[in-house]
Amino acid sequence: MTFYKLGDDIADTTAPDVPIEQRWDKRRFDAKLVNPANRRRHSVIVVGTGLAGGAAGATLAEQGYRVIQFCYQDSPRRAHSIAAQGGINAAKNYRNDGDSVYRLFYDTVKGGDFRARESNVYRLAQTSTQIIDQCVAQGVPFAREYGGLLDTRSFGGVQVARTFYARGQTGQQLLIGAYQALSRQIDAGNVEMHERTEMLDLIVIDGRARGIVARDLVTGQISTYIADAVVLATGGYGNVFYLSTNAKNSNASAIWRAHRRGAYFANPCYTQIHPTCIPRSGDYQSKLTLMSESLRNDGRIWVPKNAGDTRSPDQIPEAERDYYLERIYPGFGNLVPRDIASRAAKNQCDLGRGVGPGGLGVYLDFADAIRRLGEDQVREKYGNLFEMYDRITGEDPYKVPMRIYPAVHYTMGGLWVDYDLQSTIPGCFVVGEANFSDHGANRLGASALMQGLADGYFVLPPMLGNYIATNKFETIDESHPAVVDTVNEATGRLTKLLSINGDRTVDSFHRELGEIMWDECGMARSEDGLRKALGRLPELREEFWRSVKVPGSGANVNQSLERANRVSDFLELGELMCVDALHREESCGGHFRVESQTPDGEARRDDDRFAYAGAWEFGGTDEAPILHREPLEFDYVHLAQRNYA
Amino acid sequence: MKLTLRIWRQAGPAEPGRMVAYEVPDANPDMSFLELLDVLNERLTLEGDDPVTFDHDCREGICGACGVVINGQAHGPRERTTTCQLHVRSFADGDVIDVEPWRSVAFGVVKDLMVDRSGLDRIIQAGGYISAPTGSAPEAHSTPVPKPVADTAFDNATCIGCGACVAACPNGSAMLFTSAKVTHLNLLPQGGPERAERVLNLVEAMDAEGFGGCTNTGECTVACPKGIPLDSIATLNREYLRASLGRK
Repeated sequence: MTFYKLGDDIADTTAPDVPIEQRWDKRRFDAKLVNPANRRRHSVIVVGTGLAGGAAGATLAEQGYRVIQFCYQDSPRRAHSIAAQGGINAAKNYRNDGDSVYRLFYDTVKGGDFRARESNVYRLAQTSTQIIDQCVAQGVPFAREYGGLLDTRSFGGVQVARTFYARGQTGQQLLIGAYQALSRQIDAGNVEMHERTEMLDLIVIDGRARGIVARDLVTGQISTYIADAVVLATGGYGNVFYLSTNAKNSNASAIWRAHRRGAYFANPCYTQIHPTCIPRSGDYQSKLTLMSESLRNDGRIWVPKNAGDTRSPDQIPEAERDYYLERIYPGFGNLVPRDIASRAAKNQCDLGRGVGPGGLGVYLDFADAIRRLGEDQVREKYGNLFEMYDRITGEDPYKVPMRIYPAVHYTMGGLWVDYDLQSTIPGCFVVGEANFSDHGANRLGASALMQGLADGYFVLPPMLGNYIATNKFETIDESHPAVVDTVNEATGRLTKLLSINGDRTVDSFHRELGEIMWDECGMARSEDGLRKALGRLPELREEFWRSVKVPGSGANVNQSLERANRVSDFLELGELMCVDALHREESCGGHFRVESQTPDGEARRDDDRFAYAGAWEFGGTDEAPILHREPLEFDYVHLAQRNYA
Repeated sequence: MKLTLRIWRQAGPAEPGRMVAYEVPDANPDMSFLELLDVLNERLTLEGDDPVTFDHDCREGICGACGVVINGQAHGPRERTTTCQLHVRSFADGDVIDVEPWRSVAFGVVKDLMVDRSGLDRIIQAGGYISAPTGSAPEAHSTPVPKPVADTAFDNATCIGCGACVAACPNGSAMLFTSAKVTHLNLLPQGGPERAERVLNLVEAMDAEGFGGCTNTGECTVACPKGIPLDSIATLNREYLRASLGRK
């Protein structure tokens, strides 16, 4: 018990106590409104321009708020939502295949292994249909049938075809839609856009979020921005692992700084390892590339039945192949949820049946699909993914099966928010992957895009309006002591990083952190391993602050300094992830504790002890964090062991 | 593999730049081109030199952040491939490779290989959207879109805004970029109401940003990592003529 302290339980108090299908209507009706004429007098900071941030910025500006928006990239169009490939779920039931809002809700709660809040998930499912309408109106070119209507496909963990897509570039198309809506508001003067500007810290005054400290990444200038509320839309923290499918510069600094200022961080150990990524090829590897889950609609996953079989795949006869997902899970086959598919791949490789360099890979084979549909139709559906695979590996997947292996992809954990998407710091709202709210312990495919856009377009704006309507905002001057202190802390930190001038590069620390996290807090976690990591991480952090080498100055472009600042936060966050993973003595979704499994190796939850969201309060540097439990109640989808057989 | 990189080094927008040669003796054919630069940068950092600044982010060919001129070609020798997706196996042991930033009047150098492409954002801000405020959308199936139209719109919407077309063009023109947006939105029924204003505003913004005129050399479409076709420029010209004639 010494590695954390137990605090009071926490609860969401904003979801109304009415039947679940009426909650969102009731909440919106109860919310206070801001007169359209008064909205110009209120400013909102939005950090990040991905699906959640871009949609939020555009929508708040359309409603008349003054939006001040930030992204570290050179353009808001580059946020990492752009790399999402497969699709976006919506309960349209255009296929007439039995889908409904309730089924999407049910699938999401079950897929999340009963660790999400029912109210939020139900609202997400309700909102999903509006998102498709909104995006089509913006000109998002979804895939269509010859009759001119929208096409859909299936994703893992479900048995209906509710996933809308734009070839293998759905995230790009949705993001361009949000970016264009945001561009329209920038041109109209309603959004003040700061590109190449990174948030360094959150300004909290009298317990409420009132602004941020940010650094211009070109001039090095550190500035303060004051507003009535702050929206964090800064994505997930998968780059703690160094190698992940996240963009190289994706980082956790905004949410980690907010956490240090008082925002609780919920379920940090819930990370999603995506089953279908291109295996790493060498030590210089800088990131991993995902191959969309949609490929599992037509590709078949297999390994050689005999361990150590090094024949080329075309030399292995059918009888000597094990299509293990189809064998173990005949009901869902290759389309089981991600956590299950990833673990199954790891198990096969642990048995010595892995393929490719180091035996860390399994085949994803399209030979059957090409025979059945023809190469042209396969190209039509997956062409860009096949090209990407070919470029990276130098192998042609039309001829040779793809080799794939699991990689860190998404983080279900994030800042704790209530039903209004407000963190434990009033006025600090958190949307998209940066919050913890909808996916429980495992996210279903094509649900990240749905959640990002639901939060940004439809959920945040009325709740933010309610916050503004029910609070008074005194004018804050840059000389306010809280502002000055925050600026000094942020500046001091960068100065410190530049002054150490040690003998190890930032990346060498980041790689070492990533290895520890992957080994001990990755696909399988054990008490021994986590304790080992918790012993090593503070040492690594201390070494970092003693011997990191950051060249250059803070007065112009300095990408090493940017990375050093982000890695310093990852080092602290990694520790909290291990604490969370160690305290949660059960397996659920993406969190697999080897001590808690069924005889056939499936995850075993412990609902009596752990049916709660774990919200961590920052306890101070080198102090134990404080756990606040939010008990989860399942009034609609009854707690049951997941079964995909 | 041993490679020699001759890289454009420039400390800031107003500073003079020059090519500097660096040897990378430990290149691996399976490395991406950016990983090659990473390896060089790790060494430069430990040797006390300033590492090379370059834009990059997703490293999977979709965000559009990366892009350098490699041996005179925007994004290097491989067709339809961004710099991050180019791999060292495209080169031979002992090669000397020139690495320069995008060069265009409208793209100033920020530092080394990093340039300012904000002009492309301002073109989009001038009208590269369909006005559809959140909440105002009709049911998605109320407007069927013929598949060939949807497919052409999609092909044009795949533009990643990297700026290779501008860098490859002898005139520094942004015609391919602009025409991709016009074609994406003007073909769709949803884009109909703003069709004329959109093309006129986008072309006006493109000119105002200092991008050059188009003389149909076609270098842009060859450099484009997403294969935006030259036809899109013809579409833009047609849309522009139609809108100009219709303007009172």
